Amino acid sequence: MVNVCRAMRSAIPSAGRRWWQTWTAWTLWILLMLVVWMVIHCYNLASTMKTAEEALVSMCDKRARLLEDQFAVSVNHAHELAILISTFHYQKNPSAMDQETFAFYTGMTAFERPLLTGVAYAQRVLHSERENFESQQGWTIKTMKQEPSPVQDEYAPVIFSQETVFYLEALDMMSGEEDRENILMARATGKSVLTNPFRLLESNHLGVVLTFPVYRTGLPQDATIEERAEATAGYLGGAFDVESLVENLLRKLAGNQDIVVNVYDVTNISDPLTMYGPSNSEGYTPLSRVSMLDFGDPFRKHQMVCRYSQKPLIPWSAITSPTGLVVILMLVAYILYASQKRCVMAMEDCRKMEELKFQAEAADIAKTQFLATVSHEIRTPMNGVLGMLDMLLDTDLNLSQKDYAQTAQVCGKALIALINEVLDRAKIEAGMLEIEAVPFNLRSILDNVLSLFSATSREKGIELAVFVSDNVPEVLTGDPGKFRQIITNLIGNSVKFTERGHILVQVHLAKHSNIPTEGNACSGLNGLDAGKKINTLSGFEAADDRNSWENFKMLLSNDASQVNGFSSEKDLKNVTLIVSVEDTGIGIPFNAQDRVFTPFMQADSSTSRNYGGTGIGLSISKCLVELMGGKINFKSKPNVGSTFTFTAVFEQCTEHSGRDSDGPPFENVLARFKGMKVVLLDKRPVRSAVTNYHLHRLGINVEFTQNSKMALNMLSQKKGSLRIGTMPKILLIEMDCLSNADVCLQKQLLEWKQNDHILDAPKVILLGTSESDKAKGESLVDIVIMKPLRASSVAVCLQQALEMENGSRKELPNRPVFLGNLLSGKNILVVDDNKVNLRVAAATLKKYGAKVECAESGKDALSLLTLPHKFDACFMDVQMPEMDGFEATRQIRMMENESRAQARIKAASSPNGFHREEPPHEQHLPILAMTADVILTTYEECLKCGMNGYVSKPFDNEQLYQAVARFVASKPIAGS
Amino acid sequence: MDVRLLQRQWVDHISALFREGFLDAQFTRLQKLQDASTPDFVVEVVTLYFEDADRLLNNLWNTLSQPVVDFKKVDAQVHRLKGSSVSIGAQRVKNACVCFIICCEEGDLEACFGCLHRLKLEFTQWKSKLEALFRIEQQIVAAGGSLPMI
Repeated sequence: MVNVCRAMRSAIPSAGRRWWQTWTAWTLWILLMLVVWMVIHCYNLASTMKTAEEALVSMCDKRARLLEDQFAVSVNHAHELAILISTFHYQKNPSAMDQETFAFYTGMTAFERPLLTGVAYAQRVLHSERENFESQQGWTIKTMKQEPSPVQDEYAPVIFSQETVFYLEALDMMSGEEDRENILMARATGKSVLTNPFRLLESNHLGVVLTFPVYRTGLPQDATIEERAEATAGYLGGAFDVESLVENLLRKLAGNQDIVVNVYDVTNISDPLTMYGPSNSEGYTPLSRVSMLDFGDPFRKHQMVCRYSQKPLIPWSAITSPTGLVVILMLVAYILYASQKRCVMAMEDCRKMEELKFQAEAADIAKTQFLATVSHEIRTPMNGVLGMLDMLLDTDLNLSQKDYAQTAQVCGKALIALINEVLDRAKIEAGMLEIEAVPFNLRSILDNVLSLFSATSREKGIELAVFVSDNVPEVLTGDPGKFRQIITNLIGNSVKFTERGHILVQVHLAKHSNIPTEGNACSGLNGLDAGKKINTLSGFEAADDRNSWENFKMLLSNDASQVNGFSSEKDLKNVTLIVSVEDTGIGIPFNAQDRVFTPFMQADSSTSRNYGGTGIGLSISKCLVELMGGKINFKSKPNVGSTFTFTAVFEQCTEHSGRDSDGPPFENVLARFKGMKVVLLDKRPVRSAVTNYHLHRLGINVEFTQNSKMALNMLSQKKGSLRIGTMPKILLIEMDCLSNADVCLQKQLLEWKQNDHILDAPKVILLGTSESDKAKGESLVDIVIMKPLRASSVAVCLQQALEMENGSRKELPNRPVFLGNLLSGKNILVVDDNKVNLRVAAATLKKYGAKVECAESGKDALSLLTLPHKFDACFMDVQMPEMDGFEATRQIRMMENESRAQARIKAASSPNGFHREEPPHEQHLPILAMTADVILTTYEECLKCGMNGYVSKPFDNEQLYQAVARFVASKPIAGS
Repeated sequence: MDVRLLQRQWVDHISALFREGFLDAQFTRLQKLQDASTPDFVVEVVTLYFEDADRLLNNLWNTLSQPVVDFKKVDAQVHRLKGSSVSIGAQRVKNACVCFIICCEEGDLEACFGCLHRLKLEFTQWKSKLEALFRIEQQIVAAGGSLPMI
């Protein structure tokens, strides 16, 4: 058991912490989650930035192109103006142009040049021409600082100007450093040239000046710089107010608040000049876009730098989506963890329960074993106690001493009986009890059981009766011992708890007995129908009204109708019997009814005080009944009585071996009574049915009457009719019919009693239940039969009555004496390897008059028992070296079988069949096992190898008697 | 010596034996089996028992001293001794046998030796007590008395 337990424990893993249940694992998991979060977050951010960058690029390029286009438009227009001037100022003579015309024209066309704040035209004036020019214009050339110009090689005074820049009139453009360079550059290239950005006059905005050269005559395309300088007539200039222009431009575009735009002049890469935008790098620097601007000036490079004014916002999704994912993952992990944990817990619980179950089972087995062991251990000293008491009783004791010793012996026997019961129960629980299947006579078993309780019932004045339905087969195959035990238990209980009334045992076939349903049995549960006449055996109310006369009659009639039909069902192998034991005792309280079958449970603790007993009997009975394939239940009403009912399944016995304990003498008696007639005077139908049952078994015909007059009539009438042969010879009277009031009957009885010698006077037999009845009746009647009725006792009484053997009742022989009778003169072989045991056993048997021979081994025994031999019985030790008792017995049986077979052959071959009637028992030597260990060597094992029984060593009178009686009684003493 | 004194001594002795558990009811039965036809029955049986037990104890010692102990054999021998002891009513020897059997079933060699020692002790005690008893009996018989009933 322990090993199994261990194995189971290792099979289920112990619930220690796993690696994934530690804190490290949790930290790792959380870190992993963080990493996941970061990765997703960064990815989101990166994609956001990329989108932002793409947007920036497109916006920046768009702005750059727009600006470029606008600029180009303005430059083209300026170019146009230059051509206008060259056309109308220089190619017309006189000039078709003056300041007014120019101002007007430029004013009117200003919308075409949105980027230019204004345009002006400066004429190239050489120093040689200065005076002429000044006089022609009427003003002197001034420098940018509004001072008269100092002497220069050449001048470029503004002659025409747009109104917006009229303050430029007369200013020498070449006086400003920037302008001068510009002019020279433009003159040299013939293209528009831009200045560095600078603060414009007036507006103070950042701006650049655009300069176009105006040539006098058609200049060849590949003219040199000098030729160009020569051909130059003047310069057209315009100021780009870059700052406001760009601002205007951007304002028109969407999303300009979000980005910061810078425009730089990057002609000198190392020192970019800011043309527009905040000088310090404002906004979000890491992300910027540079777009190149082409303003048409090949010498100057410009670029536009765009960036976001603010760092682009991190979208919420970059935080929420990884967070969500992490939360989900954490939840998933937790769910996995929790479910795993639950699983582990469940497994742990399962394991614990498994363990507990094992413990409980082990405890149960231990309990059973303990009970068995303790019982066995108690038995041993108890045997000593009983033996000593036995011997004490053999000695000369005075009366009171004898009484004490007898009491002690009775108690001791009761204790042994109890211990045997406990052992039985332990055996049943251990599943060691097996059901035998041997043929037995149910009726004689019931009679025997009844006789056990007859003394008690008489003492208490209870009527104890048994009734077996006619259609229950005579011989059944089953386990008589167990059946007997159940019946004994139930009757014992009933007797114990009943002070008045009756105890009735009934046996019916199950299929006929189910007529009264369970339902209507409950109707009288609370005594509601108490007014109804109670018609039971003794007239007392019973718990289960199934046994009242009404139902009983029905059963009887059923029986009668079935008797004939039964033969057709004979092939049915199984016979289910329903047995009920009804009493009118104290009953079982309702609250205790559901634990009646629990071992050691009595209705309440006072029960055991008042009535004794341990309450184990019913539980054993239940076990036994279930072992025999039946069910047990009961009905009980407190202070009314209980009825226990059980079913048992037996097999029908096909071969009718008439060998039962009634024995041959009983058969003889039966033959004597066959056809005899009696009159039964009984007021109670149930009781008369029971009496009838017993008489019927003896083959006696019964006539019932319910009152005395009719009975007397019946007797006298028959007498008168002279049909003596058929006249009832016997009158049976129930005790309670013999009341003093019935004078007539009494008189008649007295008369008969006195005229005893008259031959044809009917014999009168009184049926009494108690000792007082006996005393009362003896004066009036011939014989008193004491209840409980048994077929055999009735037979004996009837025999007595008829023969009028005036002898006192034969005393049952004292047992040891009886044992002496049984054994005296018998040849007995005792086999034991242990000389001591052998000697003791031999001496014991010799004491009872047996002729004893000894053998010291199985082999010796075999040689002594070689057929033919003289032995009547053999006592065989079980444990012997070389050949043990079982083996020896097997061989003996084998020898017997062989010789029997030979005898049969011989008988068959011999024509006259003289030896055919050879009694079979002579070839079947009764062998009894001797063993010191009752518990180890089971009875079954003894039987299996062909032994007839066993006695435990050392012999004790009682046991020896029982064992010997079993085989000697079953064997008529033919030889001696 | 006075017969009555001897008889008294005998009774004291035997009742002490019963009281101390050396003897049980079986011995009384043996005594009862002794009658005129077999006057020395008890002595005879007890002597048989002495021989048998002596032999068995020696055998046991030998069996247990083997390098490989055959517990089945030991068990059988102890069982046999137990059987004899029960038959003779030697209760304490029987009890020692029972202990021995238990040890033997467990296969505990050391305990077996312990049991064997105990068994020997019990047996020697028993033997000396019984021998003393028989001496008194002989004295009683020699003095012409008969054994008292107990």
